Amino acid sequence: MNRRKKKINVSQIVLAAFLLLLGLICIYPMWYTFIVSFSDKAKVTAGKVLFLPKDLTFTAYEKLLSDGSFFRAFLVSVERCVLGVGLNMVLMALTAYPLAMPAARFPERRVYVWYLMFNMLFSGGTIGWYLNIKYLHLLDSIWALVLPMGLPIYNAVLLMNFFKSVPIDMNESATVDGASPLTILVRIYLPVSLPALATVGLFCFVSHWNSWYDGLVLINKSTLMPLQTLIYQLNVRIDTDNMTSEQLREMAKMSSETLNAAKVIIALAPLMCIYPFLQKYFVSGLTLGAVKE
Amino acid sequence: MSEVRHEAGRSAFMRKWEKFVRGERLRLNLMMLPGVVFVFLFNMMTLLGIAVAFQDFIPRRGWFGSEWVGLRNFRLFFEMPNAYTILRNTLVIAISKIVLTLIVAVLFALLLSEIKNNKVKRCVQTAVYLPHFVSWVIYATIMRLLLNSDGLVNRLLTGLGLAASPVKFLSSKQLFPVVMIMTDVLKEFGYSSVIYLATITGINPSYYEAAAIDGATRPKMMWYITLPCLLPTIVLLATLSVGNVLSAGFDQIFNLYNSAVYETGDIIDTYVHRVGLVSLDYGLGAAIGLFKSVVSFVLIVTSYTVAAKVADYHIF
Repeated sequence: MNRRKKKINVSQIVLAAFLLLLGLICIYPMWYTFIVSFSDKAKVTAGKVLFLPKDLTFTAYEKLLSDGSFFRAFLVSVERCVLGVGLNMVLMALTAYPLAMPAARFPERRVYVWYLMFNMLFSGGTIGWYLNIKYLHLLDSIWALVLPMGLPIYNAVLLMNFFKSVPIDMNESATVDGASPLTILVRIYLPVSLPALATVGLFCFVSHWNSWYDGLVLINKSTLMPLQTLIYQLNVRIDTDNMTSEQLREMAKMSSETLNAAKVIIALAPLMCIYPFLQKYFVSGLTLGAVKE
Repeated sequence: MSEVRHEAGRSAFMRKWEKFVRGERLRLNLMMLPGVVFVFLFNMMTLLGIAVAFQDFIPRRGWFGSEWVGLRNFRLFFEMPNAYTILRNTLVIAISKIVLTLIVAVLFALLLSEIKNNKVKRCVQTAVYLPHFVSWVIYATIMRLLLNSDGLVNRLLTGLGLAASPVKFLSSKQLFPVVMIMTDVLKEFGYSSVIYLATITGINPSYYEAAAIDGATRPKMMWYITLPCLLPTIVLLATLSVGNVLSAGFDQIFNLYNSAVYETGDIIDTYVHRVGLVSLDYGLGAAIGLFKSVVSFVLIVTSYTVAAKVADYHIF
């Protein structure tokens, strides 16, 4: 018995070590960026920075503080997230509630389901999307980043699936008492759905925070550029493999690995702050999507 | 007499009307209205882009003033020498990503479910799920720090004498698609494994107890119990991913490619961007985009229909 127990432990330890190593490989790129942002530029170039910062310094972050455009881009991203996620939550709740009603009480449900399904799966493509925003005269405004993502259909479906799991008796007795659907949604459904609301809210936040292509195509004014788009442009300028040594030397003066790393870390910071909550909820979110009727 | 009937008819209509106005049905419809309007304005309206695909579109003239050219834009694309290259790149990169991510995610879920220590399990999960939530802009910047010719990997390789000169991970035609596939698998396999882990957790423990009594070892149980129980989920997710074979990962490639690797790295979406929004040939860009949308839509609808019939899977 004793020997058997020991044998199991050995295979468990090997397996655990292997999986922990895999986990380390997954987060190492982010960790490397983190320590580079706090290290001395020369040590990084010499390849001395591997696991811990060398010659701890905050120079990169100090430089960032004086970079007005970076700070402004950060604020634009915050603004789009506040406006965008707020709009998302209102529209998702309003859409999910009627769709969660049984077909007997809401005969038009089927029509709406087809309408949303079609729009979720088929799109007019990049050109149609761009021209649509252009003709709505939204180019170069913060609303170009907020309104087109107004109703995230997939997340609304997740919320609908959660609303369906709320006992219908509660709903029926409130209806008999003369409560309107909006009252029932606000007074009964929203308070009992806080985990689901947190899940879809976090999903919406992540997609708003991470979105960069709309900022690239729809925004020309540099004062309205979100953070991710700014970092994208930083990338494009650094195409080191195709540069002459002349250009490379010029570039080394203008930007540096440590500075770029610091920018990445600032852009990652909000995500890292919500990641513990995100991890708590997203598994339930994913399995909500697979609820069978 | 007729007046009375008229009154009665009117009041019946009024009663119905009152019931409708006060009733739940109207209110539910009104609640749907904001969402429906938003989807109409920002999803439905983009379908006007379809018209552009059949026009020599000039923005100043709009849809009504631009000249209709029938299928010219489509013909133009398919007669281009790089149309074949772009389609091949898209399919190769997309299919490799789908298949490899699936294999790695399933293997990872199988191994992780064998771990008995919950702390280790949670640590590993926290680490492997994280990259999924990082945008490709950020992840690409990080990959450049690691993989550029003066990046960490090359410093290590040359420093240790494993390579004479820096390996051109991001600018060599041969390596670029491989690097795209590997980095995407690294970023996404953890997240894809969530659903498999959930399925494994749901397997009836009495199967394992019975197998243990019969003297089965853990690897045998994995092969004869866990994997067969996982198979329906694997087939389902593989079916549903068929719709993605023309989406090779615009965000990733657009952030990492450069003109030196167009031959093996250019995909439909990046090409549409360059033709439509950089060269401003709206007609051609829209035509290629429409080709992709239609093919993807047909594939998605087919795969969802198959999934609904075979596995009873419904998203709504």
